[in-house]
Amino acid sequence: MKDIARSLRLWFAPQRVREEGRTPDYRFSLANERTFLAWLRTALALIGGGFAVDQFLPDLRWGVRAGLALALLGAGVLCALRAVNHWVRCERAMRRGEDLPVSRFPTVLSLVIAALAVAMVAVVLFGWEGGR
Amino acid sequence: MTTPPDRERKPEPEPEPVPERDPGLQPERTRLAWRRTTLAFTVAAVFAGRQAVTGGTGPVGTVAVALSVLVWLGFLLLAHRRVRTLGAGPVPSALPGRMALTAVVCTVGLAGFAVAVVV
Repeated sequence: MKDIARSLRLWFAPQRVREEGRTPDYRFSLANERTFLAWLRTALALIGGGFAVDQFLPDLRWGVRAGLALALLGAGVLCALRAVNHWVRCERAMRRGEDLPVSRFPTVLSLVIAALAVAMVAVVLFGWEGGR
Repeated sequence: MTTPPDRERKPEPEPEPVPERDPGLQPERTRLAWRRTTLAFTVAAVFAGRQAVTGGTGPVGTVAVALSVLVWLGFLLLAHRRVRTLGAGPVPSALPGRMALTAVVCTVGLAGFAVAVVV
């Protein structure tokens, strides 16, 4: 809980990161920025997927369609929030000369996406007539 | 022309110092990463716009789509500013935290408006 509070404070006052440690080589900061952007694109792809499920699978029962779309949108939101969190933590670790933070988020996200994909295949194959 | 003798070349001043160039082209790559992200955002925003065009959205949906377009424009502006900063000098400054947060807020906003459209 305390960790979450501290992270939140860092998100909204990220300039505090600048107050400690030494400025790392600018190339490392740019690499961190690109990683952040790559995660943001992943989040945008998930959000786009949420829109797509809603728009291109109109024959599904409303509950199934909305459930799938909301799951994708939720995953996208989590991904975006995690992107900025991870960026701040990496930036701070580089300034302090610490190891970069490790995370099990990529594993969790992969599993969630795999589960969603399986669910979507199942729904499209077997649940297509649901809405008729 | 024959090459001039060494004697003539000597008094020439040192060649202008070439600005330190990063052989890894890090600013360039970061600029392109911003462009890719803008493109991804545009695709997601186009889906939002498509929802409005194909109809089936009530007044809530229309407002949500309008707000989606707004966050899209906000993100475009943000990316444009960052790309300009990255192109300005040989050693660009690090991404300001406020910019990172704004980019994420735009993304989360788009998802939020999508929820309003879907439900």
